[in-house]
Amino acid sequence: MSILIDKNTKVICQGFTGSQATQHCEQCIDYGTIFVGGVTPGKGGQNHLGLPVFNTVKEAVSSTRASASLIFVPAKFGKQSILEAAEAGIDLIVCITEGIPTLDMIEVKVRCDQLGSRLIGPNCPGVITPGESKMGIMPGDIHLPGKVGVISRSGTLTYEAVKQTTDLGFGQSSCVGIGGDPVPGSSFIDMLSLFESDPLTEAIVMVGEIGGTAEEAAAEFIQSNVSKPVVSYIAGVTAPSGKRMGHAGAIIAGGKGTAEEKFKALQRAGVHTVRSPAEIGKGVEEITGW
Amino acid sequence: MNLHEYQAKEIFREYGIPVSKGMTVVNSGEITKVINSLKGKKWVVKAQVHAGGRGKAGGVELVNSVSEVEEFTEKWLGKNLVTYQTDEKGQPVNTILIEEFTDIDKELYLGAVIDRESQRLVFMTSSEGGVNIEEVASTTPEKIFQVAVDPLNGPSSNEADYLSTKLNLTDSQKLEFQTLYLSLTKMFIEKDLSLLEINPLVINAEGNLICLDAKINVDSNALYRQESLVAINDISQEDERESHASKWNLSYVSLDGNIGCMVNGAGLAMGTMDIIKLQGGEPANFLDVGGAADSKRVAEAFKIILSDKAVEAVLINIFGGIVRCDVIADGIIKAVEEIGVNVPVVVRLEGNNAELGSQKLSQSGLNIISASGLEEAAKLVVGSVS
Repeated sequence: MSILIDKNTKVICQGFTGSQATQHCEQCIDYGTIFVGGVTPGKGGQNHLGLPVFNTVKEAVSSTRASASLIFVPAKFGKQSILEAAEAGIDLIVCITEGIPTLDMIEVKVRCDQLGSRLIGPNCPGVITPGESKMGIMPGDIHLPGKVGVISRSGTLTYEAVKQTTDLGFGQSSCVGIGGDPVPGSSFIDMLSLFESDPLTEAIVMVGEIGGTAEEAAAEFIQSNVSKPVVSYIAGVTAPSGKRMGHAGAIIAGGKGTAEEKFKALQRAGVHTVRSPAEIGKGVEEITGW
Repeated sequence: MNLHEYQAKEIFREYGIPVSKGMTVVNSGEITKVINSLKGKKWVVKAQVHAGGRGKAGGVELVNSVSEVEEFTEKWLGKNLVTYQTDEKGQPVNTILIEEFTDIDKELYLGAVIDRESQRLVFMTSSEGGVNIEEVASTTPEKIFQVAVDPLNGPSSNEADYLSTKLNLTDSQKLEFQTLYLSLTKMFIEKDLSLLEINPLVINAEGNLICLDAKINVDSNALYRQESLVAINDISQEDERESHASKWNLSYVSLDGNIGCMVNGAGLAMGTMDIIKLQGGEPANFLDVGGAADSKRVAEAFKIILSDKAVEAVLINIFGGIVRCDVIADGIIKAVEEIGVNVPVVVRLEGNNAELGSQKLSQSGLNIISASGLEEAAKLVVGSVS
């Protein structure tokens, strides 16, 4: 078991023939992901990476029975592409695209919920179940099939957590980058609840950052709903207050959302927190006794 | 992206939102003409900067004569205004807004933001408007009232009615508030705002609602479809290095330390700053080279970091996902060759093509300290400056 994707997940890519998509889909295919096709409007009927290209997600789904879509379109097409996938009945949408306007995302999130599609991202590295399937831009070779579930708002910090748990031999059940935007498709809580019910996941790493209150909400959820050990690191202790740090997620407003507040909330919930991004793996070791 | 108050008020006028009549001056020669076209014998002069807290800092004054306007203009034009929301250098004042005086009966507060928790556009009001609104919010949160805008159906007058009842408005003011609320919501959505604040929203002596201040922040992700707003952006309000960096799609924030940082990903960039601090060092900047960094952009990032004369060492921390470490290595080599680097450079490459990247660096013959692992990199760079 794992969460979200496994070796049987049939995946398509939207924005398939673009250069970023091509590079990353190739790597996903090499990793073992079952890619069954892609979508680029106007290029339907062609072949790309040895797979059929369709004009619409609907056509792709009816012809390939794909249940998951990986999105690489430019930001201005982000909203319509996610909605197209949701309306075509895609169960899992992973949107890598960064820079989608926040107001677009508010509407997208509501529509995805109504249509029953789970959205990961946007502005995220994607999802991987090591050894089985990779839907994203993360380097596959740092992962190891194993027992730690990883959730993070930041792409490269996810890799950091992954590498450390690989180096210690624990490996990962699945890893999810939920993205750093103000309105993400899925929250820490959504992923915590999946990891809690996944029998292969024995411990959870949650990497947060300053801004917003998602970590505080997650802390409350963990206290009453998560029985597995959780290790957490929050980036941005040294970030100066009020200065914008390039992520829409990284704004400190009105004393709320500071790294200190988040650390405190997590500690109160019984989460093992680490102060250095280099000590995430060590934190897992300490709390699990592995 | 922020707008000035006078720019925000021009947009308010487009939407029929009530603001005081006002005009701007950029030099004292224009004052008499402007004053002659405004009504009354009293005016409010306001320094235009991208920051709040102007009133307490002396950047807003009530004046009674042309000579007082001249005095205020003389005092501020070309100078920097320092408020509790700016850094210690302050923000340059290049424009003064002169407005007709409004006789205030009551000051209210009205703000709108995207609330991350509810994932909705939320409007907030309070009958305790004015300069101490932050204190009101933290000490008496029950005096702040909120409504959320339905993301699919848009705003409704029910929300306006709820807020205006909480504000104890009269029946005619309630109607004004309803129009105001619907116009502001329309503007927020059409202009892709991320923040809108009117503090104070006042009831004047005649009992009408008027927006005396206007703060607008535009969603930076939406600038591609807000060309008219991009066109009026005042870059003099931005840190020179930061705005230069943004031209290269680099996210840079200058800080007070002496260790320059170049990292991919905002989270890891903050994490890198954190670990430098844990090792006893002080980061000189935050710099995210982004996911699509090419060698040119890396070279530019290097130049920006080194343009800060306080930088005594540089830590490059790249965990390649989208970005390829060999491309980063090419950029580092190019930059070091082009501009010459006299400070120690510690590089940690991991992930996508990391080995090839490290190989390139070691074969370059340049003085680059290679680190394996984040902690070692931080120790090495902190050690190199102490």
